[in-house]
Amino acid sequence: MNAHDREMARKVVLDPLVDNNPITLQILGICSALAVTTTLAASLLMCLALTTVVMFSNASISMIRNHVPSSIRIIVQMTIIASLVIVVDQLLKAFAYDVAKTLSVFVGLIITNCIVLGRAEAFAMKNPPMISMLDGLGNGLGYSLVLIIVGATRELFGSGSLLGYTVLPSVNDGGWYYTNGLMLLPPSAFFIIGLMIWGIRSWKSAQLEKAEYEIRKAHHTEVV
Amino acid sequence: MKNENDNSVASNVDAQPVVMHSTAPGVGVATGESGVVGRLKRVMNQPNDSTQKTLLVTVIMCLVCSVVVSAAAVLLRPTQASNAALDRKRNIVQVAGLLKEGGDVEAAFKNVETRIVNLDTGEFTDQFKDVDYDQYVAARDPNLSIALDKEADIASIGRRAQYAEVYLIGGEDNFTKVVLPVHGLGLWSTLYGFVSLEDDLTTISGLKFYKHAETPGLGGEVDNPVWQGKWKGKLAFDEAGDVKIEVIKGVVDSAASSASYQVDGLAGATLTSRGVSQLLRFWLDDRGFGGFLENLKQREAS
Repeated sequence: MNAHDREMARKVVLDPLVDNNPITLQILGICSALAVTTTLAASLLMCLALTTVVMFSNASISMIRNHVPSSIRIIVQMTIIASLVIVVDQLLKAFAYDVAKTLSVFVGLIITNCIVLGRAEAFAMKNPPMISMLDGLGNGLGYSLVLIIVGATRELFGSGSLLGYTVLPSVNDGGWYYTNGLMLLPPSAFFIIGLMIWGIRSWKSAQLEKAEYEIRKAHHTEVV
Repeated sequence: MKNENDNSVASNVDAQPVVMHSTAPGVGVATGESGVVGRLKRVMNQPNDSTQKTLLVTVIMCLVCSVVVSAAAVLLRPTQASNAALDRKRNIVQVAGLLKEGGDVEAAFKNVETRIVNLDTGEFTDQFKDVDYDQYVAARDPNLSIALDKEADIASIGRRAQYAEVYLIGGEDNFTKVVLPVHGLGLWSTLYGFVSLEDDLTTISGLKFYKHAETPGLGGEVDNPVWQGKWKGKLAFDEAGDVKIEVIKGVVDSAASSASYQVDGLAGATLTSRGVSQLLRFWLDDRGFGGFLENLKQREAS
């Protein structure tokens, strides 16, 4: 591996963490980010599942990219992604039964996660397998970073615990902390992700989008 | 004669190119071997968007993917099935209070005898001895279940299976506790759980739900161990044998005479609390396990 390749590999893995994050910049994969982040444990398992799927889907799609007829390429990508997701779902049910139960349908819904199909179409169809796999790893980690922050915030303020261990003893269990019920409901993830996007774009102003149009100043002519 | 000769020459000429190619070393891959493999390779060398190659890629991909998926499903099924069974056992021994923190589920379950009860007669049955019986699958089968009319269906379950599994802790003859499966509608979802009764068949020793989709933090608090603890020692039936247990709105007044039949409601979850009340009243009454509990009581007395 020469210096150029190493530089490229570093870039595809690290870029999606903040600079080109799939959730906060591209606003992809929001659905599962809302649904599974009530506890940190569920978020972590979802991150693991998605990262695995996007890595292997990128790698396998990249391997056959020169033989995929362009007319059916989306179907080919979806079939490969769906098969990988089913395998991951079966593995979770076999080896992490309790958490798999709380994730329920959302593992299956990785199939429709825009990040997976997005990376397959945008990157894996044009690049060799190794670098595609790293691209999948990078995007999986970018997704994971956001999910872990959202999951930790929601579990801490919603249930007063982290990974099931009590941090803030809640009133229901005889402690002092009044749990924030909103944090356990999906809309709270919207607020947290919104605040994160605001924070990141204030820090990295390159991510600010140009306004598509300017609001014209209205002329007020007073009629006498 | 001559004609025949001509024919044989012609057929020789026709056959020759094929023979030449298949025997020439190294040429086969580039220009096509005979047989299926060669034909497939020729198709793969076509432009990606040709109809034949599109079909071939589709077929190969589907075959590979289906092998991967079915291999995963078949190889992992035993592990998954034992996980599901273990999970059920864990819930049963937990609700009966047999499982100590970090204890072994299988060891705790050794004491539990599983029997199937005919809910109409209240008697044990050996009809399903050798088959897997699932009450919730049977509830959808018209031969094994009855439809409940609106008035009787206070737990909003629609159909009720004819047979149900019950769990006798300590064996059939000298049980210390009885665990019954219960289910009924809450606010958003059907709650599935177990209720455990002491050997007087009146005192509740535990209630636990293992599957529901109530609002987290409100109805979802049915999973809260503190609330579940409030059920211990409550009386399900009054002196006359009528079902009296209920979840009330607010906090139980411990001085009131009815306090031992009442459990605190969940704050902000009126409908889930009512659902829990109704499902217990349904399953402990005549259309549920009422007949069975009555039989068991008489057997104990004699």
